[in-house]
Amino acid sequence: MIDKVIDDAVQALARVKDGATVLIGGFGGAGVPNELIDALIAQGAKDLTMVSNNAGSSEIGLAALLKAGRVRKVICSFPRQADSYVFDELYRGRKVELELVPQGNLAERLRAAGAGIGAFFTRTGFGTELARGKEIREIDGQGYVLEFPIHGDLALVKAEKGDRWGNLTYRKAARNFGPVMATAATLTVASVHEILELGELDPEHVITPSVFVDHIVKIARVPIAPSGSRKDAAKP
Amino acid sequence: MTYQRRTKDQLAALVAKDIFDGATVNLGIGMPTLVANHLPAGREVVLHSENGILGIGPAPANGNEDFDLINAGKQAVTLLSGGAFFHHADSFAMMRGGHLDICVLGAFQVSATGDLANWHTGDPDAVPAVGGAMDLAVGAKQAWVMMDLLDKRGNSKIVERCSYPLTAAACVKRIYTDFATFECAPEGLILRDKVEGLELGELEDLLALRQRGLYSLEP
Repeated sequence: MIDKVIDDAVQALARVKDGATVLIGGFGGAGVPNELIDALIAQGAKDLTMVSNNAGSSEIGLAALLKAGRVRKVICSFPRQADSYVFDELYRGRKVELELVPQGNLAERLRAAGAGIGAFFTRTGFGTELARGKEIREIDGQGYVLEFPIHGDLALVKAEKGDRWGNLTYRKAARNFGPVMATAATLTVASVHEILELGELDPEHVITPSVFVDHIVKIARVPIAPSGSRKDAAKP
Repeated sequence: MTYQRRTKDQLAALVAKDIFDGATVNLGIGMPTLVANHLPAGREVVLHSENGILGIGPAPANGNEDFDLINAGKQAVTLLSGGAFFHHADSFAMMRGGHLDICVLGAFQVSATGDLANWHTGDPDAVPAVGGAMDLAVGAKQAWVMMDLLDKRGNSKIVERCSYPLTAAACVKRIYTDFATFECAPEGLILRDKVEGLELGELEDLLALRQRGLYSLEP
């Protein structure tokens, strides 16, 4: 019998080693698997490469992992946020390495890792300092940059509903990087708010099919705060 | 003769007026977000957000925010009937694959030939952040910039050559500013319109480009 449901998130992460590359879903505060990040902090792995769109805000989630001193390198597209002071301080103190990646290259490099693609050429970044030192090629008169996949040893994904096979659905724009990252890691752990019986998820509406998921952990729903919001984006 | 610079809302209304019925549009963080408030009634425009949304609706009422439903600036938004959610690889396929008709971006600098700098000042103490800017700049069918013409020191942000790190070369088609609107072309800047009372010579002084005698689309 297949049963990917696991009660203890820390136990789901038992195999994670020091130096691992960890893909963490989320965009701003939406879809960040804070509970799984807390479990990773408790599990204790260090010297991690953290791959996520942002680099955390205040002191929860990604910022908590950074603050705990577990991260050696951050690969992300947008580390700067109004309350990203944990990352800012580590970066300015040269205590964490930053690989800044255009967001579409981040998504596509993850997709490539999940789909067995060795590398790909993209127009994004051509002629900019983010393409410095990279192989370029002219295709049909247009400049392209060679980009390589980002494989994860671990992916942490926040989903909405799941079943014991590991099928997942998401909620609204909290989906963001989750389905892509789930395909790109050796070990994928997803949190869900609801675990359903097999067949209860409409197969037409499964977003991440079970094959990409190793463990699912049920977590309580907590209200999503506007964490990651920009000061200048405050609502009137 | 005196002139009035366009307010941010007037500028947003001007951009909105040029967005055609049925267009799929990405509005960048900051000033471009205002364009959504000025789309002419009766025109159906599908707004895309890089974090996996097509069909963004108006801001929710206070107290009704759902922070699983946010735009690229992390503000709470709503979804129109007909809207859809999708993952990041699909969202950026839309952006990079030429499926968006228009993107409206803010900028630090734009060159007369349409080079864009809008992600980093190059200041070594600044934390750099690029987000989806490079993908939008090269991927949308048309990239428009919306910005104040002058920076805080009074220098033109339309320049001969960008001194800040580039987002992409020769990607901007049109620049909407508080003084005038321009088209970028390989041969240089074309004046599309300017605020009433602003003399061409005054505008050229503000721009301080080598190119004088701007070709004008104005009657």
